[in-house]
Amino acid sequence: MSAHFSLAVDLDGAGAHPAAADAAGLTTRELLAASYLAAHVREAERAGFTAATFPDSPLATRIDAIQRASFVAPQTSALGLIPVAHSVYSEPFHVATQLATVDFASYGRAGWIVGVDADPRIAVEYGRDAVGPELAAAVATDAVEVARRLWDSWEDDAVIRDTTTWRYLDRDKVHYVDFEGASFSVKGPSIIPRPPQGQIPVFTDATSGVVGDVALVTSSAQAAVSAARDAGARLVWLELEVALDRAGLPGAERVERLDAIAPWSGEGIGRYVGDAAGLVELLAELSGQVDGVRLHPAVLAEDLEELGRAVLPELRRTGTHTPPVVGTTLRQSIGLPASVNRYAKANA
Amino acid sequence: MSATQPQERNQIQFGVFFQGVNFSTIWTEPESGSQIDFESFRRVAQTAERGLFAAFFLGEGLRLREHLGKLHDLDVAGRPDAQTQLAALAAVTSKIGLVATQNATYNDPFDLAHRLQSLDLLSGGRAAWNVVTTDNAWTGANFRRGGYLDHADRYTHAEQVVETVRAIWDSWDDADGSARLVARDFGAFDVRGVGRLPRSPQEHPVLFQAGDSDEGRDFAARSAEVIFSAHGQFEAASAFAADIRRRTALAGRPADDLKIFPGQQFVLADTEAEAHEKALWVREKQITPATALAFLENIWGTSLADYDPDGPLPDIDPVVEVTGETRGAGFRAKKSKETADAWREQAAAENLSIREFVFKVGGRLEGGIIGSYQQVADLLARYADEHIVDGFNISPFLIPSGLDDIVDRLVPELQERGVYPTEYRGDTLREHLGLRPPLTRRGEPGDAARQTPSFDLV
Repeated sequence: MSAHFSLAVDLDGAGAHPAAADAAGLTTRELLAASYLAAHVREAERAGFTAATFPDSPLATRIDAIQRASFVAPQTSALGLIPVAHSVYSEPFHVATQLATVDFASYGRAGWIVGVDADPRIAVEYGRDAVGPELAAAVATDAVEVARRLWDSWEDDAVIRDTTTWRYLDRDKVHYVDFEGASFSVKGPSIIPRPPQGQIPVFTDATSGVVGDVALVTSSAQAAVSAARDAGARLVWLELEVALDRAGLPGAERVERLDAIAPWSGEGIGRYVGDAAGLVELLAELSGQVDGVRLHPAVLAEDLEELGRAVLPELRRTGTHTPPVVGTTLRQSIGLPASVNRYAKANA
Repeated sequence: MSATQPQERNQIQFGVFFQGVNFSTIWTEPESGSQIDFESFRRVAQTAERGLFAAFFLGEGLRLREHLGKLHDLDVAGRPDAQTQLAALAAVTSKIGLVATQNATYNDPFDLAHRLQSLDLLSGGRAAWNVVTTDNAWTGANFRRGGYLDHADRYTHAEQVVETVRAIWDSWDDADGSARLVARDFGAFDVRGVGRLPRSPQEHPVLFQAGDSDEGRDFAARSAEVIFSAHGQFEAASAFAADIRRRTALAGRPADDLKIFPGQQFVLADTEAEAHEKALWVREKQITPATALAFLENIWGTSLADYDPDGPLPDIDPVVEVTGETRGAGFRAKKSKETADAWREQAAAENLSIREFVFKVGGRLEGGIIGSYQQVADLLARYADEHIVDGFNISPFLIPSGLDDIVDRLVPELQERGVYPTEYRGDTLREHLGLRPPLTRRGEPGDAARQTPSFDLV
């Protein structure tokens, strides 16, 4: 069992099931409401989740995911906040600054799921040339590298406020990043000081061709997990959809009713349908195979409540999962080592 | 307090600018707090809201400032992303407007429109966009397109971006959640897509603009809803108001359609003498000996480290013909030799040292409003009575405590005189400012565009 077995919950609209909004009777405006977002995030924190993730797509009706994470930062105190930010067509300089801002607003609880959507419709929105999947991974990899350099471009002690020389900044501790990639270059330094975590944890889909700190995989099989680790990810988290028994209604029957409105084809990821005890057992088993699991509840309004009522407390009791502690960073609560600044050595 | 206070007196409002750059923010004192800790921003925003301020305003940083080819190290530096920070502040405030400065050159129109609308929805209709424009390749070095825009085209481009962003906001159909296609050609690139979000309770984020050239003023008169200015002193403000209202009317809008908010610093105390004493202190702290030299170096183009800040202006001539653009808009493209000669002449005539001279010409407090609470309240009442401004955008010289005396002492004086609001007029920034509906949504009564969508679910 990992010392830092993480449990995250994906907060996507009404839930992972395509009929979730219909079933819950929620309109577009209700799903976009700030109060709706805040209520689920607080529920996730109360339940003891390590982190909440905020999906996004440059083509979907959602509030910008970075802003969602930022908005809930002052309303939470321990929960990791991990937005998707797309990086194939967006400006890497803006994305790096925005994520660092979330990290400051949350006192070190931000993460980044690297979006690698290369849909040509997005290219047209940005007025850039569309790229194919392979080039998309290369561009996104460059965007991650730029962000990492920018986050390091201010050393932690760059602000000196020296009243003998009247210098606010020690310019020797602020660095140009001089990134030259195939499709863009970025001079730097960052416009925002080094974020509280130093390096914000980077999450990538293991199949995206982009490597980060944490790989999101769809199978807990030894081969899949090893492949992700071999590719360079320090941690591996499993994606898992869940539909739990609730209010006397078996999970399978709930899904059946929802499927009648719109079928749940899923994202090619594993799914658990059943009672809370079974999920507790499954997660305990998974804690020996992966470093974390990201749950995609079928209907947020229903399954999130069940998870908080019957699943996470039991995992806590058995020592499988420990809720994050106020005052710790996301890096700490998921088990990443403290980050070392790549530029600091030059001046050491 | 007085039961006979006038009810119909014209009012002014306040906004606050959390600057994050420039030497107007004093960083040397014990009460100089963190410039990046979220708590500083929360404190300023919540203090402003306690004082019924209309808006909290953030600048945008796209490149860290440089001085003589190196990173500028004397001023406060390092700031958050404006919209991301405002999204967090939306959670800890409930009324105050949230104004994000966003560059029209280095933000992509669809992305910009979406993020502004996200902020507007999250905040329940309190977002605003302060549109600025840049053309220089120096800033472009952090962005994919680099310095793609000609200087002459920057306002045309910015206006086209504003038009495009509004079209994206308008593309959403409230009836069925569908969206019309928006396609625009910007020359260097073209964009095509649809809006992804419904409009907020204020329909569009409010549009602020700050350009002061003829071109900038005309752009504001055609497109903006609030204009910032540097003209805070009474006569200058009066002339500016007349000019702006004339231009606004010429653009086919009601003359009061564009609200006027000069940037302003206030130094206040119980008595006039104390206020002036405090102003001297502020000036000393803002313009350190090193800052005074750097101010001249920016014109001279070379290090003046060997000159005594308390001695006369340098006798050598500038080594550059025009000043660069790496220190922000205030220094852009001044003719160096001409400026140096004029400055030397003035300093000699008035017998000023380098630092004294910079106090005079570069001081952030020149044009600032200094006086006792009562005096300043009386003065601002005159601004209100003459209606030469709609409000002031205040730059506090201390973070995070710089608004405390304004909110605790000046605001009540103004309220007693009936020239400052005693409550928020509504929930949206558009309501606080008394603005009409967005320019593109003013159909005839009965037009679909005129119908107010239902927001009870938001």
